[in-house]
Amino acid sequence: MTNSTSTPGVVGGRLPKSEFEKRFSSELRPPLTVQEAAVAADRCYFCHDAPCVTGCPTGIDIPMFIRQISSGMPEAAARTIFDSNILGGSCARVCPTEVLCEQVCVREPSGGGPVEIGRLQRFATDRLMEQPAHPYDRATATGRSIAIVGAGPAGLACAHRLAMKGHEVVILEARRKGGGLNEYGIAPYKVVEDFAAREINWLLGIGGIRLEKDVDPVDAAGLEQLREEFDAVFIGVGLNGVNHFALDGGNLGNVVNAVDFIADIRQSDDLAEIPVGRDVVVIGGGMTAIDAAVQCRLLGGLNVTILYRRSRDEMGASVHEQAIAAALGVNFVTDARLIRILGGGAAESIEYEVTERAGKDRIGSGQIYTLKADLVLSAIGQRLQDAPDRLALKNGRIKVSGNGRTSLSGVWAGGDCVAGGQDITVAAVAQGRDAAEDMHAALSRPAEESGR
Amino acid sequence: MPSLQSEFIGIRSPNPFWLASAPPTDKEYNVCRAFEAGWGGVVWKTLGLDPHIVNVSGPRYGAVWGADRWLLGMNNIELITDRPLDVNLREIKRVKREFPDRAVVVSLMVPCEEAPWKEILPKVEDTGADGVELNFGCPHGMSERGMGSAVGQVPDYIEMVTGWVKANTKLPVIVKLTPNITDIRYPARAAHAGGADAVSLINTVSSITGVDLDTFSPEPSIDGKGSHGGYCGPAVKPIALNMVAEIARDEETGDLPISGIGGISTWRDAAEFIALGAANVQVCTAAMVYGFRIIGELTSGLEQWMREKGINSIEGFRGRAVANVTDWQYLNLNYVTKAQIDQDLCIKCGRCFAACEDTSHQAIVIGEGRRFEVIDEECVACNLCVNVCPVENCITMRRLEVGETDTRTGVTVDGSSRNWTQHPNNVAACG
Ligand SMILES: Cc1cc2nc3c(=O)[nH]c(=O)nc-3n(C[C@H](O)[C@H](O)[C@H](O)COP(=O)(O)OP(=O)(O)OC[C@H]3O[C@@H](n4cnc5c(N)ncnc54)[C@H](O)[C@@H]3O)c2cc1C
Ligand SMILES: Cc1cc2nc3c(=O)[nH]c(=O)nc-3n(C[C@H](O)[C@H](O)[C@H](O)COP(=O)(O)O)c2cc1C
Ligand code: SF4
Repeated sequence: MTNSTSTPGVVGGRLPKSEFEKRFSSELRPPLTVQEAAVAADRCYFCHDAPCVTGCPTGIDIPMFIRQISSGMPEAAARTIFDSNILGGSCARVCPTEVLCEQVCVREPSGGGPVEIGRLQRFATDRLMEQPAHPYDRATATGRSIAIVGAGPAGLACAHRLAMKGHEVVILEARRKGGGLNEYGIAPYKVVEDFAAREINWLLGIGGIRLEKDVDPVDAAGLEQLREEFDAVFIGVGLNGVNHFALDGGNLGNVVNAVDFIADIRQSDDLAEIPVGRDVVVIGGGMTAIDAAVQCRLLGGLNVTILYRRSRDEMGASVHEQAIAAALGVNFVTDARLIRILGGGAAESIEYEVTERAGKDRIGSGQIYTLKADLVLSAIGQRLQDAPDRLALKNGRIKVSGNGRTSLSGVWAGGDCVAGGQDITVAAVAQGRDAAEDMHAALSRPAEESGR
Repeated sequence: MPSLQSEFIGIRSPNPFWLASAPPTDKEYNVCRAFEAGWGGVVWKTLGLDPHIVNVSGPRYGAVWGADRWLLGMNNIELITDRPLDVNLREIKRVKREFPDRAVVVSLMVPCEEAPWKEILPKVEDTGADGVELNFGCPHGMSERGMGSAVGQVPDYIEMVTGWVKANTKLPVIVKLTPNITDIRYPARAAHAGGADAVSLINTVSSITGVDLDTFSPEPSIDGKGSHGGYCGPAVKPIALNMVAEIARDEETGDLPISGIGGISTWRDAAEFIALGAANVQVCTAAMVYGFRIIGELTSGLEQWMREKGINSIEGFRGRAVANVTDWQYLNLNYVTKAQIDQDLCIKCGRCFAACEDTSHQAIVIGEGRRFEVIDEECVACNLCVNVCPVENCITMRRLEVGETDTRTGVTVDGSSRNWTQHPNNVAACG
């Protein structure tokens, strides 16, 4: 192939093979050496009632684990982490720490930036996960069995906690691999080297969890059957649908949803085969938009533009993530509304209108421009689709109360599929874990009081 | 322009910074390079009689580190020079001839009898060296053979040996003291009584730096066993400062010149020793950790500080802090301070709260939005919060002004001063 970054159209192989390897093996948050970890850990003040703990949705005892690293016990530090967050390894890599624990680190105002909590967490968890034995034991068997739908972060966290309590767990996963968006969604520069798959194997090491992959998606009837067969059910199906453009040209060729685009990259064995446009426009302002744009640049896309209807400040993606994209040469066109996509069979350009503020709303300004676009990626949000109709919803997602109780008795839910969440991995883990605790408590009570 | 020129018991050097008797001064090569770098003087690595001693061939140093391997304290089990006497003497002679303006003092340690001193002293005089320092301080190895701190721990021996030395040489005599005693004034008085021209202190503090928890050997480990060594470096500075001050304010030894040693790493450390009465200072660990180049920082820092203070010479501030070192019983018990937190500087870590709440006087409260505040009614002004606060000057101690009432005790500050000897609770004083 002789394609280059300036080859028009949507083609693969824009870069030499070695360049792909180089670009996709470097990590956003590379591991710390022992010495670096000692220095980074020493910066922690061991705050009283530490703000970082509050900043972590799973409430990891951060000052404690950092102190354990300081005293040369990273394995003990990892135990502290996993006690609260069994996917602490993933979270160390993918959490937007700059808006979670690290944002509230008291080191931030005192200068020199926050303690590198994410990287320290990785330092500790990597070390314990390298060891052959799984660190947790199971309690005496309870004789109860629980079904979990979806092997994403929420389902896995729930499964592990339940197995630990002595329950038998079956996870039903529709895709060929477990891990949910950890496997299919998170950008490769956050998780390299098949980490998501390794983490699942390690997590399953506790025993008592059967992961059934490639099953038919569990539907309303399936859910009823699970309620019959199991003592309790947890739903962690994430957001299985994507929003589409309801506008002219939305059905043209090379108009692709960004989540699928990223999934293809994550699952690819040969990145040179992933076609990417020369002139790419990504519509949206969240983490997915940023990740998609960044991947396009890494694949050799020449002009990559994020088009967002509001301002930079209002983007769902953090300032840190925006900066990563900007540093890689992604253009930002903000306060701009996509009007239509133009082209013959496939996209050729887009038309957008500059927006103006009108109170809380935005209105068109009448200024209309076109932008070359041979690939248009839509990252305008995911949604829950085909939810069993007996489940009460709220804002299109499963309505829960307390620790993940749905409107159906014996059915709990957590992660992206429930209403009112944060749509990040660590929040899904917290909800899965808390639902497990609640299920365990319910199953431990006499039948008439339990959630069934 | 202040002058760093130093004169110590008649020995002149361009600055008061000498390298202490140790590996940095063990041979001509080192000493010449130190002088080229700008050091004012050296005390040559301790000489003994032939046959020369032997050192271990395993590790002879241990250390205690802070984060990022910052060396806080060091320990050694090295003995005195392990080279033949005449080799050292020849080198000393050459060095002194090449650097006549620098101080070259020779450290000595021979058995506790008069004959060996009579034998070695003329040889040292022959080198043209400026003086001798008697090593009564080394706490390991040599002490098992009745030398070093074995002498320094018995005031009678100090006086006796110092007397022999004075009787057998015209050179100025410095007695180097060991800190491994209960009261430094007794050995200092003994040195004085024996006729010493000066004392130098401290030598190293007996120590074990750690234990290997796999082999259960102390560190540094020689084939699975360890022997206590001598501790030095930044960690020992407070011990040394106190001992220097004790000698400087003692009636009997107040006039005895002191060469200050122990944990000196920066110009500031040196200035503190001099303020507490030392006429010059000696440095070892800092040079071993950073090399000879640190002399540039030591001299320029001291000179700048002196200029800022309007001090023209070392003598101009030597001992200025001595009169302020007193016994606890003379501290003013009517001096009342309270901790105060600068909310603008506060980073809200809460360390002051944890410290005061758990281990002090429950005098800090957490308000809305993690606002930490001192309750004057409870604050005893212990200073713990100041010490644990990571932000310098965020928590300070405010002195209550005359007319203000200490809400903890209900007593109004009237500007008077009262110490323990005048306090009603002191039954002995007020009868
Ligand atoms: C492109 C992209 C990038 C992201 N980047 C980050 C990031 O950097 N950091 C971060 O913290 N978060 C990120 N997120 C969000 C994060 O991935 C999710 O919040 C998290 O994965 C939610 O976990 P979950 O378990 O709820 O759902 P999911 O991860 O979506 O997992 C749900 C699982 O259920 C399975 N499933 C669905 N329906 C059924 C069914 N009917 N029957 C059986 N199985 C079913 C799915 O196949 C899937 O495996 C990103 C999301 C996207 C889309
Ligand atoms: C502020 C303070 C006061 C102390 N008071 C006493 C005391 O009254 N009696 C005592 O035996 N030791 C006292 N100690 C010494 C401690 O008991 C302990 O031996 C010493 O601090 C060394 O231990 P550590 O540094 O490992 O904590 C005190 C220590 C501190 C820091
Ligand atoms: S000085 Fe001592 S008692 Fe007062 S607030 Fe600080 S820690 Fe508490």
